Amino acid sequence: MDASILGFLLLDGLQNGVIYGLLAIAMVLVFAVTRVILVPIGELLMFAPLSLVWLLEGKIPGTLWLALVLGLVWAGVARGRGALGPILGALGLSALFFLALFLKPLAYPAAVLLVVYLGVATYRVFFQPMREATVLSLLIMAVGLHVAYQGLGLVFFGPEQFRPEPLLRGEVVVGLSWQGVLVLLFALLSVLGLYAFFRFSLYGKALLAAAESRLGARLTGISPEEAGMVAFGIASLMAGLSGLLLAPLINAAYFMGFMLGLKGFVAAILGGLASYPVAFLGALLVGFFESFTSFFASAYKEALVFLLLVPALFYQSLKARAVEE
Amino acid sequence: MKRWLAVALALALSAWAQGTLKVGVVVSATGPAASLGIPERNTFLMLQELLDRQGGVAGRKVQFVILDDASDTTQAVRNTRRLVEEGVVAIVGTTTTPASLGMIPVVAEAKVPMISLAASKDIIYPVDAQRFWVFKTPQTEELMARAIVADMVARGVKTVGYIGFNDAYGEGWARFFEAEAKAKGLQVVASERYNRTDTSVTGQALRLIARRPDAILIGASGTPAVLPQRTLKERGYPGLIYQTHGVANPDFLRVGGQDVEGTLLPAGPILVAEQLPGTFPSKRVALDYIQRYEAKYGIGSYSTFGAHAWDAWLILRPALERALKKVDPDKDLSAFRAALRDEIEATKNLVATHGVFTFTKEDHLGLRFEDAAVMVRVEKGRWKLERTFR
Repeated sequence: MDASILGFLLLDGLQNGVIYGLLAIAMVLVFAVTRVILVPIGELLMFAPLSLVWLLEGKIPGTLWLALVLGLVWAGVARGRGALGPILGALGLSALFFLALFLKPLAYPAAVLLVVYLGVATYRVFFQPMREATVLSLLIMAVGLHVAYQGLGLVFFGPEQFRPEPLLRGEVVVGLSWQGVLVLLFALLSVLGLYAFFRFSLYGKALLAAAESRLGARLTGISPEEAGMVAFGIASLMAGLSGLLLAPLINAAYFMGFMLGLKGFVAAILGGLASYPVAFLGALLVGFFESFTSFFASAYKEALVFLLLVPALFYQSLKARAVEE
Repeated sequence: MKRWLAVALALALSAWAQGTLKVGVVVSATGPAASLGIPERNTFLMLQELLDRQGGVAGRKVQFVILDDASDTTQAVRNTRRLVEEGVVAIVGTTTTPASLGMIPVVAEAKVPMISLAASKDIIYPVDAQRFWVFKTPQTEELMARAIVADMVARGVKTVGYIGFNDAYGEGWARFFEAEAKAKGLQVVASERYNRTDTSVTGQALRLIARRPDAILIGASGTPAVLPQRTLKERGYPGLIYQTHGVANPDFLRVGGQDVEGTLLPAGPILVAEQLPGTFPSKRVALDYIQRYEAKYGIGSYSTFGAHAWDAWLILRPALERALKKVDPDKDLSAFRAALRDEIEATKNLVATHGVFTFTKEDHLGLRFEDAAVMVRVEKGRWKLERTFR
């Protein structure tokens, strides 16, 4: 192993790591606010580039129907004035999609907004009614949704991979394409943006408050339901954008989401599902670890990556007090 | 109109009297293996129309009972049980190796002959008490590995690297390819694995390149086979790149684009049927199949996988005709199934789309290497015949 190989492996690890990092941050955020472990985040990520490919080919992707159905249920459970939001959203989304068939650049925002709408609707329809449930029941629901969404992805988009055109072509230095730079930039910006959001905006502070104590937040006039929707919205926005940026690098397919989500989850666990910076660093660690094990022992790569969980969970178990669920 | 009705009635009555021959078909028309299973199902739908026009086999109506296993072993086994109970004379399928392996105990217990459409050699080898009932039409990894190594030797390759799926497909190829390569004096300098869902294979590619092999074989199937090849190209690997016949579908070319230009792969001869020399035995049969399939499903729609299903029927049909002369399935179904199995095994020099089949007691694949494999190269986004082994 020489310097150039080391350099490639580090770059590769960095590029993968930041994506795991974004997913990990999104998972920590959602968990803190709603106690949902967002397993289907990988599927939300996958829906974005595949919907984009469908739109660019002049077809309406099946994900739109899924979003509309969920939106309808959402409007149904919200009733009254609350139903206005999802209905307007669904109308706007459909209009955007039909416009995007003729105006190609609109396909990009359409794909991202679809994922955001889908994410929020998922929270409203599936998780909010269970808000008093245990973490375990929420996790079971999340796993169920992951399986369902992946299956729907297969139905909507077929078994093969697709490769959207990169936004920026060419290589900066050997081993790092401009598209890769975009991914890194996006990660940096989202981390900074989230920091500013939590630090300076009222919404962000309200989210933090809701994450800290649901009851306390409610007493000060913050609706935990609304906080949950915002958390899901941010998480799916990050997932959708990451998906769009990543897809030209890694080929999008219905099965791509699970492993990305799972590694984000490993990183989030390394951060104890509580700390954003540790989760992000954990994600970088997972990325580097993965790229080095794929060099030295490719057959055991996944096993070794998931083995990273053992010391982290062991440490957590030393820290945690036993809680009866 | 009345006369037409009378004819139809008479036909229906004679079919009633004679009994319809039911042939069970299990394919993966949905699920991850759907791109293989759909052309197989389409082929049987096409055959059904053809047979309805011709009036069946030896004066008997033939009905294909086509079931979808959703690329799932449990579902395939359940379908097989159901077909056995429905009284089928034989079962064709299924698309994937694991599900086909799962079906073997069921057909062996019910004593129904089965022709699998999946690749692995384990389905028909060794021919033991259970596999006694099982045949298959697609080429094995072993046969295709032989073609790859022969091509490598002809091109003066001395050292090879391997990277394949970290699952049964990749392991099977690693086993047969590395054994064949060593036997022919090639040195295997690296053997790496990756997952279908991996988003990066940079580590493996760097390791392969660091060992400087003359050629690299990618043991993967479908569009996930593009990733290692692209990474190797990006990292400046100068040598030859081989793929397996698992990539011989249009999606691989679509996703691979410029990155897969020049790829070498072994394939069933039907993939390049119109480029084959006129003396190639399977050329006429293959062109006939392609013409029929494209007439029904559109130009450019055929694939090598549907042709495996066509081959299964080419084998089954004469065997049915011969078995019908010996036993009447309406009187004794199990005796007919046994007779049919013997007649399938007696198939000799049967020219099909993928080669020439000659079954023996020890060989239930029955394909001759020279007729069943050709080397193909990707050129300008199309399959180009590189060499035959005749």
